[in-house]
Amino acid sequence: MRVRRSRGRDPLGLRRALSDRLLPALVAAMALLAALTLAGARGAADLAARWEGGAATALTVQMPHGARTDGAIRVLVAMPEIAEARLADQARLAALLRPWLGEAPAIPLPTVIELRLASLPDDPEELAARIAASVPGASVEAHGVWVARLLALARSLQAIALAALLLVAGIATAVVAVAVRAGIAARREAIALLHALGATDGDIAGRFAGRVAWLVGLGALLGTLAAAPVLAGFADLAAPLLGGRAAAGLPWGRLPWAELAVLPPAAALIGWLTAQVTLRLWLRRLP
Amino acid sequence: MVRFAEVGLRYGGAGPEVLRDLSFTLEPGSFHWLLGPSGAGKSSVLRLMQLAARPSRGEVVVLGVSISQVPRAALPALRRRIGVVYQDFRLLPHLPVFDNVALPLRVAGRAEMQIRADVTEILRWVGLAAKAEAPPASLSGGEQQRVAIARAVVMRPALLVADEPTGNLDVPQARRVLSLLREMHRLGTTVVVATHAEALVAEYPAPALRLSEGRLVAQG
Repeated sequence: MRVRRSRGRDPLGLRRALSDRLLPALVAAMALLAALTLAGARGAADLAARWEGGAATALTVQMPHGARTDGAIRVLVAMPEIAEARLADQARLAALLRPWLGEAPAIPLPTVIELRLASLPDDPEELAARIAASVPGASVEAHGVWVARLLALARSLQAIALAALLLVAGIATAVVAVAVRAGIAARREAIALLHALGATDGDIAGRFAGRVAWLVGLGALLGTLAAAPVLAGFADLAAPLLGGRAAAGLPWGRLPWAELAVLPPAAALIGWLTAQVTLRLWLRRLP
Repeated sequence: MVRFAEVGLRYGGAGPEVLRDLSFTLEPGSFHWLLGPSGAGKSSVLRLMQLAARPSRGEVVVLGVSISQVPRAALPALRRRIGVVYQDFRLLPHLPVFDNVALPLRVAGRAEMQIRADVTEILRWVGLAAKAEAPPASLSGGEQQRVAIARAVVMRPALLVADEPTGNLDVPQARRVLSLLREMHRLGTTVVVATHAEALVAEYPAPALRLSEGRLVAQG
């Protein structure tokens, strides 16, 4: 009786028409790529966040003792490359220098002006020289420009990773559409019969979509699980870049689990929608 | 029940008309033969009656609904009130007899308990209760056609159309199939049977529509 009920729920014979091997295997491979891309995007985002603070102040100008800062700030703001110039907070400077100077209130801290640039210069050293010439006695540090460039690179990587993710999703959609079309070809007579018996387009499309969503979701789950150790290995290699320390064993906790957990249901949804659209378009041919 | 008025049918919107100026009315609860040589248009008439095609011109009314005008979304509910028997049976080979017969009930969303009772009863009626779990391929042609009839009538349709239901059967099997169709007529279903087996028609006298080259040439 259980066999009868099970067959009854599958009048189109989709368990055989939509193979439970080929489609999940293809989707698993794409899910693995998607997981790697997703983790790449997340890594680039982490790097960008880490460098963002450094890039916010592209240049620092250390003023000589006793120099007037308001005049220097006026000169600096008048330069077209500089969007903003402001005095660095002394308390923050003290905190930054504490590891080297300790608690030494007698030592005077330098006066530092932080500059935010309107756009990244082609030659930061040339800009630093011009600033130094404009503010006599000042020394200029341009390392922030390079950090800003790294930040731009990280953001580009993030955008490329997201584009690659969209590409993988597009290819997955095409693969599912081809699989559904093959399923339709294999069950054309059964579909026509159900249609003649009074099944609605939604009913027939729903049967296909349910099966496809299950297979695609399963494939995506397997692909994501397969990607996890690879990602953990990458995270281990990238730990110094992200400010972490190499630890014994793989850093499982650093994986983007929330994003990875979304992959199987998102893939199942793509499969379900693709099957629905493909079936409904095909069924429009029937009267 | 079924009314054709000046009906013409052209497949795909082009090519020759396969039905021309067809007009007739079938009263509720009637039994009609649909006669004519191959290519006369019998199958096309049945396709219109079972809502598998819409007329190119004229009006076809089935079960009180004009199928020329009704929206496509309304057709499935109407199809569930029409039983169809095909010459080639059209049983699904991957399903056993029971599930083939249960298909219309499942499409209609009936409860499994109700399905079990209805299918068991109808299989008993066609004499195949013992073959409920058999695959269709293991049955004889006559048995397969009886399964197809069981599937066509399990929803207690108001209209039953059969396209050459005895075309692939020997005479004893054909008589048995026809007796089932007559039985449905006695129970109040409107039945239309297309055939070119004049000998069988002679054994079961009933009103007939005779077609030739897409036209109705005789009625009565």
